[in-house]
Amino acid sequence: MPQEQEQKKTQRKGGGGSQSDADAGQVTQSSKAAELKGEMDDILDEIDSVLEENAEEFVKSYVQKGGE
Amino acid sequence: MAIPKVFGTETEFGIAAIGSPEFNPVLSSSILISTYAGSLRRIRWDYEQESPLRDARGFEPVPAREGSDEDLGLANVILPNGARYYVDHAHPEYSTPECLTPRALVIHDKAGERVVERSLKEVARELPTAPRLAVYKNNSDGKGNSYGTHENYLVDRATPFGDIVRDLTPFFVSRQVFCGAGKVGTEAPWDDRRRVDYQLTQRADFFETEVGLETTLKRPIINTRDEPHADPEKYRRLHVIIGDANMCEVATFLKIGTTAIVLKMIEDQFLPDLTLQNPVAALHEVSLDITCTQTVPLADGRQLSAVQLQWEYFEHAKKYVDREDDTPENHEVLSRWEGILAALETEPLTLHRELDWVAKYRLLAAYRERDGLAWGDSKLRAIDLQYHDVRREKGLYHRLASSGKVERLTTDEEIDAAVMEPPEDTRAYFRGRCISMFPDAIAAASWDSLIVDTGAEALQRIPMREPLRGTREHVEELLREVEDAAALVARLQS
Repeated sequence: MPQEQEQKKTQRKGGGGSQSDADAGQVTQSSKAAELKGEMDDILDEIDSVLEENAEEFVKSYVQKGGE
Repeated sequence: MAIPKVFGTETEFGIAAIGSPEFNPVLSSSILISTYAGSLRRIRWDYEQESPLRDARGFEPVPAREGSDEDLGLANVILPNGARYYVDHAHPEYSTPECLTPRALVIHDKAGERVVERSLKEVARELPTAPRLAVYKNNSDGKGNSYGTHENYLVDRATPFGDIVRDLTPFFVSRQVFCGAGKVGTEAPWDDRRRVDYQLTQRADFFETEVGLETTLKRPIINTRDEPHADPEKYRRLHVIIGDANMCEVATFLKIGTTAIVLKMIEDQFLPDLTLQNPVAALHEVSLDITCTQTVPLADGRQLSAVQLQWEYFEHAKKYVDREDDTPENHEVLSRWEGILAALETEPLTLHRELDWVAKYRLLAAYRERDGLAWGDSKLRAIDLQYHDVRREKGLYHRLASSGKVERLTTDEEIDAAVMEPPEDTRAYFRGRCISMFPDAIAAASWDSLIVDTGAEALQRIPMREPLRGTREHVEELLREVEDAAALVARLQS
């Protein structure tokens, strides 16, 4: 089915190789993206308010000694 | 012969001090644990009988005795719910008490998160000027350093270890499709592998061999540690190091429930030979493919995807349960397993309520869409990490959960109860109840013994070598009748 193939194609692109923002453009056009946006807007707003402030600094300074 | 599957998880947590890169993770982990234990009774863990270097393949390498965390006097406590909470290298670690059902394991695994969350609150209260700590239930810092979420399963000692290796390896390679917690990017040390923007698991990148004793480098798919913490003639404790830390309850439930059934099938020689041509390569191929369609070669020449491999295990499990192990718990596992596999086969991304890698991916996709972010953007890595924050007001999984966006199998009341109360159907009951009732009399403890100070000159060791003895059914009455630890020991000796 075309919808399924398009979804699979989007997924495959999401999984491999380097990404360009042409991929983001492709997602925008599918109806799945509009659905996702609607369902996720509220949770993204909520998460915005709890995300650690400086993402780059937060990620850079998170260093662990290997465990086990 | 298949024996009841008693199991537990050990989770090493990542720890950070926001805004204080100079902090000492070893010291902070110890303070975290000892502050929590300060409100409870503290029991010194008895290391004497541990032998982590004994190898299941039959030899014991000469151990060079390095200074252990115990030597450093780092926090190491047993809790009233029968769990162990301690510092392992530079991480706080929580080992659940022994559980007998996957659902109980989910409850106790989540209880571990609560214990850590409570510890953070206690430290903030008692040491208000100390750096603000954050703890993450995940497996990687994104910079090539990994820490484990281990599973332990009770297995019949008579089962040849070679059978376990043969039949479990393809299962571990393929179960990644529902067990993976997801990760932005790759951390593979070798050059010739594909780079991806997102993969199914946190851990696959760190696994380089098929079988071995290592846990900190060249990690093996099957770990051979042979330290049963039980009667060694009868039992093996299979020590599984390959799993991811799961936040989603359905994922945890399936991880433990399916593996337990697979192990029973191995004990009863119920599985066909699904040996892969190159298990380590297959492990990576599966993790790197979020479409879940990539096939891997078997030794017999077939090419199967991870989902197809899982269907093999599932179909055999269905027959096995009907024939040998017809319980409601197993039927619940089978039903979930089947539903997940069917969805993975057609539309994996619909599983955002059940599986961590999908829930996380959906969140990342939404942010990419809304904010126009490329995969390399730090914000996405930050989301990857903060998804696993154990604090319910900060952790992104927890925000999804409190908005009803992921499926829960448990209630908060059950989890809160499990913070203080042991399972009733394993030896954890005896351990946990003794800790609660006689905290000052328990001088030390290990998984398979308690050392009791009865006030006499010599300490008394109570062996607990049977994981299914010491249940509520066995000991509740006895514990009600004894007024102190000395009386308990006297009754047990008579």
